[in-house]
Amino acid sequence: MNASRRITLTASLLLVFFMAASILIVHRIEVLRSGTALEEVLYISSPRLLKRLGLGYDGLLADIYWTRTVQYFGTKHRAGATSYKLLAPLLEITTALDPQLIVAYEFGGNFLAPRPPYGAGMPQKAIALVERGIQNNPDEWRLYYQLGFIRYMDLNDYAGAARAFLDGSRVPHAHPWLKVLAAQMAQHAGEWETARMLWSTTYSTANDPAIRANAAAHIRALQADRDVIVLEILVAKYQKANGHPPKKLSDLVAAGILRGVPLDPLGHPYRLGQDGHVEVQSPDDLPFIQKGLPPGYVPPVRPKILPSD
Amino acid sequence: MRTRVVYIAANTFREAVRDRVLYNLIAFALLMSAAAVLVGQISIDIERLVVVNLGLTAVSLFGVVIAIFIGIGLVSKEIDKRTLYTVLSRPVRRWEFIVGKFFGLAGTLAVNTLCMAIGVFGALLYVSHHFQASDAWVLVALYFIGLQFLILTALTLLFSSFSTPLMSAVFAFSLFIIGSFAEDLRGFAGITHGFTRWLATAAAYVVPNFSAMNVITSVAHEQPVAGHLVLLNTAYALVYAGMVLCAAVLIFERRNLK
Repeated sequence: MNASRRITLTASLLLVFFMAASILIVHRIEVLRSGTALEEVLYISSPRLLKRLGLGYDGLLADIYWTRTVQYFGTKHRAGATSYKLLAPLLEITTALDPQLIVAYEFGGNFLAPRPPYGAGMPQKAIALVERGIQNNPDEWRLYYQLGFIRYMDLNDYAGAARAFLDGSRVPHAHPWLKVLAAQMAQHAGEWETARMLWSTTYSTANDPAIRANAAAHIRALQADRDVIVLEILVAKYQKANGHPPKKLSDLVAAGILRGVPLDPLGHPYRLGQDGHVEVQSPDDLPFIQKGLPPGYVPPVRPKILPSD
Repeated sequence: MRTRVVYIAANTFREAVRDRVLYNLIAFALLMSAAAVLVGQISIDIERLVVVNLGLTAVSLFGVVIAIFIGIGLVSKEIDKRTLYTVLSRPVRRWEFIVGKFFGLAGTLAVNTLCMAIGVFGALLYVSHHFQASDAWVLVALYFIGLQFLILTALTLLFSSFSTPLMSAVFAFSLFIIGSFAEDLRGFAGITHGFTRWLATAAAYVVPNFSAMNVITSVAHEQPVAGHLVLLNTAYALVYAGMVLCAAVLIFERRNLK
């Protein structure tokens, strides 16, 4: 083997060795610094100062901050966190850098409003964010929808929600459902159909698969809750008629009260628990349900959201 | 063999000094003196913070600029001036030339960084009137900056071994920027799926991880740096620079110099 070949071979082997070693070390560094990614410190908290430091590249800086916000929320959400200290300031900085970044108001509201572990549990801050979005982008009907949604779902402020939907319906090219929602809110606020309509609108208007999947999970949960309420009424009816509770749901079928054992939105049959309570078979697959949970059920830290389509 | 590498390294260092590279120290000294004197008069209670932030950022930026602009000419200049042929006609192997150049530029940057570090600590002493225990973390941050230079020197040498000076500068600077966002790239990989995830993960591991070596903001806030991180970053910089040097040697060995 001549000298040149020997050098080439040695350099190639060293290159492969060094590359493998560098990947391993980066992985170790990543593990070591994973905590720092969740560090609850915002060194520059003033949006104005950041805007000036951005030297006019506000748009790019806003995109970077929005990405950081998504990562902050995603990482903490995945870890089952109950406190999201930096979420509101991060969103404030993002939207101050780019007041036209609709996605930050829209999804930012979604991150801020729901109670932990589904969100940061800060509905008032979510409302302030979306209202600022409306102020900066008065022609964006999605923001009015988002405002009404938060007021309805997280604050039970039906009048406020109706007002937001109505204001949104007056915006040019607004989704026609906003008018219906405003009317529905005024007449039947707090009803099951209204909640279902809201989630259905979110499902049909969202482009993001994760948002659609979340909406679909809520629709399934609403359906399951309603099924359980109706089934428990029928169980009570059976008990009244026969003097004892049914042992299983098929007893209701035998008694002619039901045509068949009903299935939950995922296609699993409901089952009869103790004391006449109706339960779903796999509550982990139906996050957000309020009814039909087995006694002592502890939900997973991270809600299991199944794909929507 | 070792003598030849040392000789080329010493020559590279001398050449850089002759090119008045160390003149940047004057600009640095002026910047630090002005910051130390002025900030105390126009702000409240952030003198130390500004001196650390500004000082370390300046050390990093001056070093990056020197590493890129000297590094890109290391090979191409020797070819243009035809001095490379004189060197290689002697009993000097091509890999020795590359490794010697690397150590020469790394040495230049080390001396430059050392001088600027003295400037930073001088300014710190001026604004605080005394040193404190947390100033030791500033030394760690300076050490990490030095490690960044090691990687960047190897990268510029790699690009210089096959490309024009302009393109080498573009490549090296782009990699520096991408490497500074390496942790964000890994975060991005974590939230994507399928092919994008695979691609982003691969890119995140291949690009130099400069972000883990940037602790300027945290040491400015007197936060300690984990001992493990010092060890891992040191190992990483050595391994990564070694890997890039091997690639440079492989390319330069096969390059047709006629």
